[in-house]
Amino acid sequence: MPFFEAIRLALQTIRAQKLKSAFSLIGVFIGVMFLIAVVSIVEGMNRYMTDKFAGTLLGVNTFRLRQFPDVQIGETTDSMWRAWTRRPRISYVDAEAVARGIRVPVITAWESSTRATLTYGRKQAKDISLTGASDSYFDIRSFRIEQGRAFTAQEDQNGVPVVVLGHELADKLFEGQDPLGREVKVFDLSFRVIGVVEKQGNLLGLSLDKFAIAPANSPVKRWVNPPRVIDALAVKAGTQSEMREAMAQAEAIMRSRRHLRPRDPDDFALETADEVLDFWGKISRVLFLALPGLVAVSLVVGGIVIMNIMLMAVAERTREIGLRKSLGARRSDILRQFLVEATTLATVGAAVGVATGIGLASLIAAVTPLPASVAPWSIVVGVALGAGVGIAAGVYPASRAARLDPIAALRQE
Amino acid sequence: MSLAQQFRTGDTPLPDIIILTHKLARAYDMGGEVVRALRGVSLQIRRNEYVAIMGPSGSGKSTLMNLIGCLDTPTGGEYWLNGQKVSDLGDDALARIRNKEIGFVFQTFNLLPRATALHNVELPLIYAGLGAKERRAQAAQALERVGLGDRMEHRPNELSGGQRQRVAIARALVNDPSILLADEPTGNLDSATSGEIMEVFGALHRQGQTVVMVTHEHDIAAHAARVVTLRDGLVATDQRQAA
Ligand SMILES: Nc1ncnc2c1ncn2[C@@H]1O[C@H](COP(=O)(O)OP(=O)(O)OP(=O)(O)O)[C@@H](O)[C@H]1O
Ligand SMILES: [Mg+2]
Repeated sequence: MPFFEAIRLALQTIRAQKLKSAFSLIGVFIGVMFLIAVVSIVEGMNRYMTDKFAGTLLGVNTFRLRQFPDVQIGETTDSMWRAWTRRPRISYVDAEAVARGIRVPVITAWESSTRATLTYGRKQAKDISLTGASDSYFDIRSFRIEQGRAFTAQEDQNGVPVVVLGHELADKLFEGQDPLGREVKVFDLSFRVIGVVEKQGNLLGLSLDKFAIAPANSPVKRWVNPPRVIDALAVKAGTQSEMREAMAQAEAIMRSRRHLRPRDPDDFALETADEVLDFWGKISRVLFLALPGLVAVSLVVGGIVIMNIMLMAVAERTREIGLRKSLGARRSDILRQFLVEATTLATVGAAVGVATGIGLASLIAAVTPLPASVAPWSIVVGVALGAGVGIAAGVYPASRAARLDPIAALRQE
Repeated sequence: MSLAQQFRTGDTPLPDIIILTHKLARAYDMGGEVVRALRGVSLQIRRNEYVAIMGPSGSGKSTLMNLIGCLDTPTGGEYWLNGQKVSDLGDDALARIRNKEIGFVFQTFNLLPRATALHNVELPLIYAGLGAKERRAQAAQALERVGLGDRMEHRPNELSGGQRQRVAIARALVNDPSILLADEPTGNLDSATSGEIMEVFGALHRQGQTVVMVTHEHDIAAHAARVVTLRDGLVATDQRQAA
């Protein structure tokens, strides 16, 4: 019997026994649906983390020289913490020496942050990230100014009290009025607003537009750090390899400044987006490790259900099998018929699972801050798994059917 | 008994002998006790004969028909069909012979309940590997031959008993088989309908079809030109008669 004929027959049988078929599809359906939904969300997160977190929040091809890592990855013990906080902090002179010492083309910026409350008239914005930074910070973060301008190197050097606001913060304080030229108060000191940064959106539901940036040498320096100390020196290179080179040079400069012997570990941190991505990678790996288990359980259950349904079908259709054999069907014809039927059943389940999984992922993306991005490979794997389960579950019932003796089968009631 | 070639093991049948059984035996092993359903049946049937097989219940008629129809394999003796020794063929070869050489009509019709008359008749052609279009044409033609040209899209439960048996006959004919076998084809039908079915067989025989039929009823057997009687797994009588 031609293959196409077998598929047609299988679809016909499935259509004729809708309820039973639907029931036997559930296992495969659930497994594949989970596979697609989880993979889509993890993939979405992946893209999000690479584009937004690494790119926007930290800057592309950028590393930071800090006292200790800003993003603590996993197991930070108390003793590690104590050792970290005992390290010397990054001073102005450290930052200048490193910035001057790097021999590949880079741009550098000082960066120190704290949480502050900003007021304008009777309006208040609490818990705002207030950063004191060099003028090149805007380039490093790839911030586009949508209104006004950024501050200049001159203004930074002279410590002029000006400030650039995040989009949402500006909206909140000025509510539609033109913010440029107005004075906002930070800890009772006035800063003149000279620019607003284009909207950045949000990261996992947290707004990225509630910040204020003032020159590093302006009065913010009093609030963010002890005198002549900064949080970080941000260094941005043109390419990934130049960044690696610059990092090596920065490390050498810092080690010699700190008089470290070759066997001593670094007493400072050089942090790149990689650390953040590594951390995310660990989480997604855990998810990806748990996923096969989840999927496997549903597929095995689905397979067993399909096998039982097929055994029932063979028992119910013994006469039909006997008749087909008496009309010239060979063992291989019968075997194929039932294998194709089981496989079609499972593949239909998988296909419905793929569709529902995609739907579920988009639903989650719509109602939660979690992003979703359907990975084409997961669709292929999903359908292939479904077909595989069908074949595996179909082999035994199909071979039982194929071995039936035509006369005995025909005689059965 | 002068109908037959003097056949010995090692011989080949004459060309116009379509069915030849030589000391054909079939025993069933019922857990130690052996039931000998056929105990050495030697029978020769020529092309275009119309043979009725009679005999009391349990005499081995169905067993013989199943062997002739290649649905079963003998435990002893030889069976030649159309010049080919069938008794020692394998499973797939037998399936091929059932498909190409034999048309089998059952007492209980054995139609697929969910399929239309046309699809039921198409079944043997599917296993013969024919394309859909050709199958349709041939199946439709076979249904016309049994007078069911206007019932092709009906399902078995929308047909009368006689019509169902005609669908089964069309299915048996569709592959243009060497022999048409029927095991009590009118056993489930009333006498009027039985008459109609016998008309169909008679017409087919007149068109050149070889027919072998099992029956209990003498007026049915009267349609045949030759009557073979079985008793206890052996041929008791073998007579030609005026049709
Ligand atoms: N599968 C089987 N297993 C065991 N014994 C069998 C089997 N099939 C047939 N027999 C035995 O073989 C003998 C012949 O049976 P068969 O069915 O050929 O008789 P029959 O002449 O067709 O009878 P009926 O007129 O009732 O149909 C019987 O004794 C029967 O019990
Ligand atoms: Mg019988």
